[in-house]
Amino acid sequence: MGAIEVLRPGLLTTVQDLGRWGWQAWGVSVSGPMDPPSHRRANLLVGNPDRAATLEITATGPELRFEDERVIAVTGASFVLDVDGQPVPASAGVRVNRGGRLRFGRRLSGTRAYLAVSGGIAVDPVFGSRSTHVPSRLGGFRGRALASGDRLPLGPDTGPPPSPGATPVDVPLTLPLKSGRARIRVLPSPHPTRFRADALDRLQSGPYRVGPQSDRMGYRLEGPRLHASVAGSQLSEPSPAGSIQVPPGGDPILLMADCQTVGGYPVVATVIAADRGLAGQLGPGDALTFTVCTRQEAVSALIALERTLMGPR
Amino acid sequence: MRPPAPDVHVVPAGDTAFLVEFPARMDAAISACVIALWHDLRERRIPGVRDLVPAYATLAVYFDPLRTDVPALVALLERAAAAAGSAAEGSAAAPAVRPIHRIPVCYGGELGPDLEEIAAETGLSRDEVIRAHAGATYRVFMLGFMPGFAYMGEVDRRIAAPRRPTPRLKVPAGSVGIAGRQTGIYPMASPGGWRLVGRTPVRPFLPGRDPAFLFQAGDAVQFVPVALERFHELEALEREGGPRGGD
Repeated sequence: MGAIEVLRPGLLTTVQDLGRWGWQAWGVSVSGPMDPPSHRRANLLVGNPDRAATLEITATGPELRFEDERVIAVTGASFVLDVDGQPVPASAGVRVNRGGRLRFGRRLSGTRAYLAVSGGIAVDPVFGSRSTHVPSRLGGFRGRALASGDRLPLGPDTGPPPSPGATPVDVPLTLPLKSGRARIRVLPSPHPTRFRADALDRLQSGPYRVGPQSDRMGYRLEGPRLHASVAGSQLSEPSPAGSIQVPPGGDPILLMADCQTVGGYPVVATVIAADRGLAGQLGPGDALTFTVCTRQEAVSALIALERTLMGPR
Repeated sequence: MRPPAPDVHVVPAGDTAFLVEFPARMDAAISACVIALWHDLRERRIPGVRDLVPAYATLAVYFDPLRTDVPALVALLERAAAAAGSAAEGSAAAPAVRPIHRIPVCYGGELGPDLEEIAAETGLSRDEVIRAHAGATYRVFMLGFMPGFAYMGEVDRRIAAPRRPTPRLKVPAGSVGIAGRQTGIYPMASPGGWRLVGRTPVRPFLPGRDPAFLFQAGDAVQFVPVALERFHELEALEREGGPRGGD
């Protein structure tokens, strides 16, 4: 079976699949891609099931050598890409020859790209998932981000990739406008009394900026401060990714893919599933605004996203 | 007729999870309701449900909105929560009997650097603090923070020391800490703010071991004081993958 050799790792490159579900009761975080639609799209472009493991590439990309012939696709954040010095397109299946080198150059927009390889990244699953959770050193390649010299096993390449045109070539699903801000839709907390009455208005008055101390566990947001109605922390309760927690200082924290399973700070609102990928494309310094929507809008947005992702049937 | 189920609400947490909320208290009877509901829902294998997460007074139900009949799920959660509330009252809620974990702990000294401070703050002697901590049978209310970290309670009020104002950057694996009326064991080295009273050679989580996790929500735990020499013996055994010590 083939493998990828890491020549340069990039800033933070990790193996991710759709996440480690089913183990949160034992304190195991879900992890998984920060931008799930882009991860799934990359897999579909190379003929993998959407749950196959990809590489999540953050801000600065890697240089990789392929030990056998594979089809690859890069989605999400937009990078200048080349294979053996020849420019290659993003969001498309590209054949890489045995010994071929894929290089990520300059980043044009977004923060996280996904590299899918036909056959998938075949590190051993841990608790049913190949996703890397760096804080607990679980999954992925030895529980950590890739380093130079790592050799990543690939799964069997099961056959011809989808013919060109079978998958829609697209605008990226999740990139914020270069000049603008990400507009993120949220559903309000079921516990409005935990906050002062103006909390949702203040949350929507943004913009917020993603603070420098932000990572896959969560974004520290700088903008209008929010105030809980009761001081101190509450009894810990489960805290899904997408929750906007408010610690006593008032600067909200948006929980992301690697967040802990439980938390003790009150939650003011939760990002809808359809907009989590967009949130996942943000990096330190990026701006975002929050808009409260209805449950019906949230479902419609998710169905629309799914249709775009899977293409016409 | 059973008395009516305790006050319970099913509320959404965004569009991919529901929280089944019992009265928000650290309380064994409420925890028994949460855990009875957890076991009941696990056995049902509900289509679209991705994860079930018990906490002190909350069970989180994660679902895939595109593969779940959401109104049916809410109705089921409301029925099952009411049933769990009744069933758990005054009886053992978990379907399988779980052992009482007996965890050896070497208290004080370098392994429990906050013990003397807690003694000084409370006016108790060092030995009284140890007796208070090791004299109780604790309930595992939930796991969280990191894989295998069990939130246990309730700690004797006299020694319910608050968290440190500034967390330590590195708490060694096996450290036994107190945070208010909670106590817990750090499964691996990590930053942490709990006040450390001792250390156990037992590892609550080892990915390669079967079972990987020593504790689950609803379990009972006792701490057994051991001398430093015994701690080192047990630690050597644990490293060789021998008996887990303490049982």
